[in-house]
Amino acid sequence: MFDSLSTKLTGVFSSLRSRGKINSSDIENTCADIRSALLESDVALSVVDSFIDLIREKALAALPNLQSGSNQAQAIFEIINVELIEILGGAARRIRFAKNPPTVIMLAGLQGAGKTTLAGKLAKFYLDQGDTPLLVASDLQRPNAVTQLQVVGESVGVPVFAPEPGNGVGDPVKVAEQALVFAKSKLYNMIIVDTAGRLGVDQELMQQAIDIRNAVKPDEILFVVDAMIGQDSVRTAQAFQEGVGFDGVVLTKLDGDARGGAALSIAKLTGLPIMFSSNGEKLTDFDIFYPERMASRILGMGDVATLAEQAKKALDTESSAKMEEKFARGDDFTLEDFLEQLEAMSKMGSMSKLLGMLPGAGAMKKQIENFDESEIVRTKSIVQSMTPLERQDPKVLNGSRRARIALGAGRKVQDVNSLVDKFSAAQKMMRQMRNSGGMPPAMAQSMGMPAGMGAGPISSRKSQAPAKKKSKSGNPAKRAAEERG
Amino acid sequence: MGIFSKFVAKLKGQSTADPLDWKVLEEELLAADLGPKLTAEILKSAQGLKGDDALTSLTQILNSHLSGKSRALSDANTVGVVLVVGVNGTGKTTSAAKLANLLKSSGFSVMLAAGDTFRAAAVDQLQTWGARIGVSVISGKNGAEPAAVAFDAAVAAKESKCNFLIIDTAGRLHNKSDLMAELGKVRRVVEKTLPISEVLLVIDATTGQNGIAQAKIFAEAVDVTGLIVTKLDGSARGGVALAIESALDIPIKFIGNGEGERDFAPFEPGQYLSGLIND
Repeated sequence: MFDSLSTKLTGVFSSLRSRGKINSSDIENTCADIRSALLESDVALSVVDSFIDLIREKALAALPNLQSGSNQAQAIFEIINVELIEILGGAARRIRFAKNPPTVIMLAGLQGAGKTTLAGKLAKFYLDQGDTPLLVASDLQRPNAVTQLQVVGESVGVPVFAPEPGNGVGDPVKVAEQALVFAKSKLYNMIIVDTAGRLGVDQELMQQAIDIRNAVKPDEILFVVDAMIGQDSVRTAQAFQEGVGFDGVVLTKLDGDARGGAALSIAKLTGLPIMFSSNGEKLTDFDIFYPERMASRILGMGDVATLAEQAKKALDTESSAKMEEKFARGDDFTLEDFLEQLEAMSKMGSMSKLLGMLPGAGAMKKQIENFDESEIVRTKSIVQSMTPLERQDPKVLNGSRRARIALGAGRKVQDVNSLVDKFSAAQKMMRQMRNSGGMPPAMAQSMGMPAGMGAGPISSRKSQAPAKKKSKSGNPAKRAAEERG
Repeated sequence: MGIFSKFVAKLKGQSTADPLDWKVLEEELLAADLGPKLTAEILKSAQGLKGDDALTSLTQILNSHLSGKSRALSDANTVGVVLVVGVNGTGKTTSAAKLANLLKSSGFSVMLAAGDTFRAAAVDQLQTWGARIGVSVISGKNGAEPAAVAFDAAVAAKESKCNFLIIDTAGRLHNKSDLMAELGKVRRVVEKTLPISEVLLVIDATTGQNGIAQAKIFAEAVDVTGLIVTKLDGSARGGVALAIESALDIPIKFIGNGEGERDFAPFEPGQYLSGLIND
């Protein structure tokens, strides 16, 4: 829907590159683009403006030291990234445990931010680390919030202190007080107090939160905030800071596609750390907060760390080693190998999601969105309808075999023909590459792909021309020889 | 005096406003979550303003971004079936109950269906509401198939010949395609018995620009016919709803502005627009 910051910057920087050296007016234009991208990410206006001033200053200061060429753009992008991480992670720390247990954690936030679910996740997180948490049902406002906490508590195996039925009945301050006494007597080392959602402007309910705070003297008050929040994050965070006060922030619903610019606003304006992030409906979808990942997200930079993790999981080293060995031996690349690669790729998730994680993917956003996922499934089904002999040696594919394969795959004979043609072309190209000097591994590396993947027919199949261009040698001496010839 | 009237006051008698004033107006529009794109559009149209009619013109500019579609619940021949959808924590269950209450107090017979079988105790929450406002709630077990509950509710509503059936659904993030597909299934299954007359998307007024993505994808999945903007009693002004109307032509139909069952009303454009700008 929105062009990410990286898309915009890619555009800005590619035009810069063609002109050579970046000057101060280029920086000025870039700052305007960054501004609007940050606003689209819901970073609060005042934070955006002070951030832009900072970036402008740093970028201008760095300008004289930049070499002309494409790395200028990268250098400026890096300045932005570093500053973002600085703001997001400057104050990072972990929960402070009380000297005398129990450690008291109190949750506060707007309605619907996800406090009750978070209480369960937090309890599970510490239970798994060997602590003995107790959940406390002090949201007596929202209908059946108490029941919800009980269900959540049961599913994570943490007891819930809920003496009052809720739905407007009972005093949340007393419940919290009693919970503390109860926890001490039963030797729980942590209590997590769930409270009702309240608006920053609601004086009465804010006072109630203050009363709960005064009654149990929490070691940590965590402000729970929805990653989708807009410009109001500033007013709300300030109202809570001035009202009940808080010591740390938890971002929820990060599994959505909101960029979460609020994280930047709140971290910058309150100076308080973002301690946890919550990213799914399962009670284990919870983690400590990583400033670097959040910075990438706000910038729309793609998530290479996650991509690498997934690639590692999907491509077992054994099969890629086997593949390389095959090439070294001079064996032909067969449809069998092709199928293996297709399967490894589909294990990594949807193609558009994978491509989207690549840095700079913003520039080809349209193509990625339009990528037909089922194309891989269709191609796979054709290969899977072949016998082992056919996969090893496509030359045996006569008319009747092709008709049988088409029937098996539920495709037309033309589809089988076109796959076989493309595959033969790719295979031929691979042979040529090998003859011109052990090309595939080097090419794979130059494309930044895991071994055994870059050379696959997928890339060559999709666009013949660029793949052929790459048949120039990566070895400078050889390339020179080629060019002479 | 709100920023809007301040701006207009400065504008009066001048042929053009000085750049500083435009900056202030821009800040105000952005702070209301209208987003950079809509803000730029409004500022562009506003640059032509001058003289005494500035206030009228500005109001007209904002008005021109509202949808022209009807804001009333559409009439149904038999039972009006209203599907309430949205991301997690926007206030769907509360809104479903409040809408039921509003219709009931207008003299209609109403039934509620507890289609959120996923969130812990959501069914109980709706039942508590039902008891409070005196509306019967059709429900299955927690973890039951939501489409099955919705189907049962549609059959029950058809038999009882009530005027409205309001179906609550589980909150789902719009980027989860399997959950969005589940919503499509609820819709198809209900429509075996009764046509769905309204799909209302609940948007939290505190939501930022992501609200546009939410509306776009929900609209693709279940053909959203209107918005409910909730939590307008807070400090958030809910400008993203105007951005949604402007971008996708989906009208705001109701607003929620409190925790009581009567804190819910049909959308009033004038009030909303002045709330956007008069902080």
